[in-house]
Amino acid sequence: MRWELLTTLWPYLRRYRGRLALGLGILLLNTAVLVSIPYIIDLAINDLGGGISGAKLLKYCALLMAAVSARAVLNYLQRLILITVSRRLEFDLRNDLLAKLETMSGGFFQQYRTGDLMARSVNDLSAVRNMLGPGIMYSAQAVVLFAYVLAILWRLDPRLTLIAFVPAPIVTLAVQWFGKRIHERFERIQSMFSSLATRVEENLSGLRLVRAYAREAQEEAKFERLNREYVQRNLRLVLLSGAFQPLLQFLLGVAYVLVLWFGGRAVLEHRITLGGYAAFNLYMAQMAFPMIAMGYVINLVQRGAASWARLQELLQQTPQIADGPATDPSVTALAGEIEFRHLNFDYDGIAVLRDLNLHIPAGRTLALVGPTGAGKSTLVGLIPRLLEAAPGMVLVDGRPIREIPLDVLRQNIGWVPQETFLFSDTLGANIAFGRPEADEAEVREPAERAGLSLDVADFPEGYATRVGERGLTLSGGQKQRTALARALLRNPRILILDDALASVDTLTEERILEGLEQARRGRTTLLISHRISTVRSADQIAVLQDGHITEAGTHAELIGRGGTYAALYEKQLLEEELAQVE
Amino acid sequence: MPQEEESLGKAVDGRLVRRLLGYLRPYRWTVVAATVAAALQSATQVVGPYLNKVVIDRYLFPTPAGRGSLLAGILPHNALRGVTELGVIYLSVLVVGFVLDFGQTYAMQWVGQYTMYDLRREVFHHLQRLPISFFDRNPAGRLVTRVTNDVETLNDTISTALVALFDDMFVLVMIIAIMIRFNWRLSLITLGVVPLIFLATHFFRTAVRESYRRIRIYVAQINVFLQEHITGMAVVQAFNRERRALAEFHDINREHLHAWISAVFAYAVYYPAVEFLSILAVTLILWFGGLRVMHGELTIGIVFAFIQYAQRFFRPIQDLSDKYNTLQSAMASSERIFRLLDTPVDATAAPEGAAEAGAAPAAAPGRIEFDHVWFAYKGEDWILRDVSFAAEPGESVAIVGHTGAGKTTMISLLLRFYDVQKGRILLDGVDLRAWDVHALRRRFGIVLQDPYLSTGTIADNVRMDDDRMPAEVVREAERQANLTDFLATLPLGDATPLRERGSGLSTGQKQLVNFARALAARPSILILDEATASVDTDTELKIREALERMLAGRTSILIAHRLSTVQRADQILVMHKGVLRERGTHQELLRQQGIYWRLYRLQYKDQEARPGGARKLEAVREPAPS
Repeated sequence: MRWELLTTLWPYLRRYRGRLALGLGILLLNTAVLVSIPYIIDLAINDLGGGISGAKLLKYCALLMAAVSARAVLNYLQRLILITVSRRLEFDLRNDLLAKLETMSGGFFQQYRTGDLMARSVNDLSAVRNMLGPGIMYSAQAVVLFAYVLAILWRLDPRLTLIAFVPAPIVTLAVQWFGKRIHERFERIQSMFSSLATRVEENLSGLRLVRAYAREAQEEAKFERLNREYVQRNLRLVLLSGAFQPLLQFLLGVAYVLVLWFGGRAVLEHRITLGGYAAFNLYMAQMAFPMIAMGYVINLVQRGAASWARLQELLQQTPQIADGPATDPSVTALAGEIEFRHLNFDYDGIAVLRDLNLHIPAGRTLALVGPTGAGKSTLVGLIPRLLEAAPGMVLVDGRPIREIPLDVLRQNIGWVPQETFLFSDTLGANIAFGRPEADEAEVREPAERAGLSLDVADFPEGYATRVGERGLTLSGGQKQRTALARALLRNPRILILDDALASVDTLTEERILEGLEQARRGRTTLLISHRISTVRSADQIAVLQDGHITEAGTHAELIGRGGTYAALYEKQLLEEELAQVE
Repeated sequence: MPQEEESLGKAVDGRLVRRLLGYLRPYRWTVVAATVAAALQSATQVVGPYLNKVVIDRYLFPTPAGRGSLLAGILPHNALRGVTELGVIYLSVLVVGFVLDFGQTYAMQWVGQYTMYDLRREVFHHLQRLPISFFDRNPAGRLVTRVTNDVETLNDTISTALVALFDDMFVLVMIIAIMIRFNWRLSLITLGVVPLIFLATHFFRTAVRESYRRIRIYVAQINVFLQEHITGMAVVQAFNRERRALAEFHDINREHLHAWISAVFAYAVYYPAVEFLSILAVTLILWFGGLRVMHGELTIGIVFAFIQYAQRFFRPIQDLSDKYNTLQSAMASSERIFRLLDTPVDATAAPEGAAEAGAAPAAAPGRIEFDHVWFAYKGEDWILRDVSFAAEPGESVAIVGHTGAGKTTMISLLLRFYDVQKGRILLDGVDLRAWDVHALRRRFGIVLQDPYLSTGTIADNVRMDDDRMPAEVVREAERQANLTDFLATLPLGDATPLRERGSGLSTGQKQLVNFARALAARPSILILDEATASVDTDTELKIREALERMLAGRTSILIAHRLSTVQRADQILVMHKGVLRERGTHQELLRQQGIYWRLYRLQYKDQEARPGGARKLEAVREPAPS
């Protein structure tokens, strides 16, 4: 085991050091009892050869039963303690992993995709657990057993011991050699397996075109090639794995043959007793498993170490957005004034916002319009510090945003993201997401204002209806209104609506906005929308293009100017006209 | 139906097993040979203790009772030579055992692999023939699982579980046979423990099954929770939910831990219990056997052999019960696969072997007629209502209208992905339903809205894997589609391999490859569902050029999202809510001042509204004929 592996794991292991020590102590005892069993049998066999009394035979039988009873208890304890510790370690690690992920922000989740993070927290975690549980237990067991058996047999006959153990290192080496190659070939199979899956997926996604061009046969031929290659790779693995088990059997058998040859001769030459001969045979049988296990455990540890390195990579991340020395803990409430001052922001070196200046007085509504990709969502994401700009560029209540404790800042913001994200929980719990202690009356109020209450009345279980996975599938509009209610329930000083009602039809949206009028009063509101009808009543409208503000003013002012906003307005008027054609 | 993936039925279902066995038929002689090898091999496994018995009774501790054995005739009297010869016999048996073991494992795995190969091929083949409407209902992800994971699960059963099952049974039978031959009374005493083992295994399995059921539930919950909270982390953070989410996760995680601990508990009881029972058997052998040895009725060698056999005896019994779970999930997988295979193929599917029939006869004129066509995907939810029009050979028809107006549906019907409910569609005067589906589809060249590219080279994509297509045809199609300049910039030209879904190419370039594909098919009718994605000015120009070349001299149906591409069409169909509302040339429709006229104004505004780039684009466009 590598040293750094141990030092990085130690903080986790030390919590259970008492149990680990106890478990290993039991293991020492347990294994001692295990090796006593062949010993008793040998004594009995020896005495059977030399004539034995019934009482003495009974004594041996009683001894055997005593040993195996002790063994049952110890074995039980050993397993329960050592394996359970590994499960507890897994539990701790998994919790720590989520806790760490919760401190990470946008950039991290860009770099590590959901699939990758899932793979690490599922597959890698279980590999680490296997290393810590069965890995530790079996390797300790093998080492202890090996030492005991060696000591006993050495006392019986050193020469025969050496001979009988000739295959042992070969077995361990073979297990390792095969283990490594089997693993490699297995990986090659896995990659082929995903090619096969990709091929089917590709075929299904191009289904109409395949049919239209009558290329079914060609598609089948392409699949066939991969299918065949997959079989071939599998058979290459079988070539190894098929030889592996029989080889182990063979090598263990060779040990028996050696005992038969040299042990049999030793009995005939009266160098060992018949019981001694039997002992060699029985101990060889006992050693068979640990010899195989050693190679297996080595692979387990290798895989576990690689996985642990991948987990460490996550666990050692430092949070990018967190309270720091600049934080002023005396700030506990916000008025809601927002200012962007010469704001520059880039993603991976690509400038998204350039020298942007904007001031929103507390309690006022700002509407943002502009083409897709102009940077609108990025701009509003800076306010709850989901994204971080350089110091001094974003100010809330006139002070740099980093001085405000993160908790306080986010507590005062109601954010309705562009992509609605609900959790698979009840509808009520989703609305109360930002204030879980809210009762149903408190949930009902924002739901009403978000125009959701009528829909809820139709749901079989009202607010207790489960949404998402295995629950009710909400329409896009219902989801967005749920997200709106979720934001309103927090009674925030700052309300951010990032294209929040795009999936709701224009009429419903107008109704909701009217309802919001009152809610918006006294709150700073940032409103992103493509619909002029949505934004026209805002105190201030800003047009964001290519990362900066190109037009700003009230609806009337912007129409008067005849720029981008005015053109957008005219286009939408026409569209509405067309929609009314029957 | 997410439950479909989870339901586990009984371990053995006769109907399914019979059907599965059918897949083994082509390989039945290999299976027979492997089974014989397995039987012989298990004999070699039980030889060791037997030889030990002979060594002890004949040479190491000779007694009169112990002289007889199967090998008595060939063994020498000299003890030293006898021990050596027995060792040689044992070694040769081991070598033979090794060869047989490897041979039968490889043979059975081979059979398993090829059976699965056949099954995957069959499923894939079936997928190519299921009606399009089937895919509207069944998500692709689930179908991929049928071809891959479900078949894989079956393979695990056939080539691993089944082989081990035979192995274990043979070994058990051999050991019992040898023991009875040695001494039937001692055998009965030893076998007396077996029911206890089965009982213990039964209790264990019941306990563990319950634990595993809970584990599965919590593993799924953990995965859903993680997946959701990783994806929605911004929401979690914005709503200060970190601590609470962590607490919830702790709870699920703890349930998972407890479920595991109860499983660990079951194992911690079961393994020691089995060991206890096996040593109990040894004790019984020692006691009853020892008494008989004392009376000279039994040899030490036999007692020792019994002790060794008793210990080998229990592993197969444990293994047998393990196989139950594997069998159960294999049954569930095969049931899902067979359900898919039993889904009937649609009338519109190509007849078996039609693809080999070769190219359709030389292109005919290509007249299209929609005759009072009504269509709904389900029930009375009409997508098209009484649509009638005709396109003469060589004419270009453009279809315009809002999203959901029924434009794409018209194309699906033309390619006979679906059949119309009322009315009929005619190609060259013949009802589509009377056409051979392959012959019909070969008449069309089609470009869909989302350019589709598959893995393979660019040329593979142009010829769409038709190896018989001459290279000149491919090259000519690339030239006409304005691809040549782009291909010249690639070191490998059109032999450049594409990554998954052509991720190396821009949208415009993908579109051009799709054009080339449509041209290479040398269709008499061209169908274009215009891409909405914006492309750069340079590529836009290339696309427009290629488009004009493509339309010349062919019947063409064009679904247009940009009216600029529509203006030159011979006739423009304006679809609105499933009804054909206006029909005529650009000028005629503008004069009507109806829907088309409004659409036209709308787009004009759109172009005005787009900053910079769009105006430049406008400049290079040819002015609309006035």
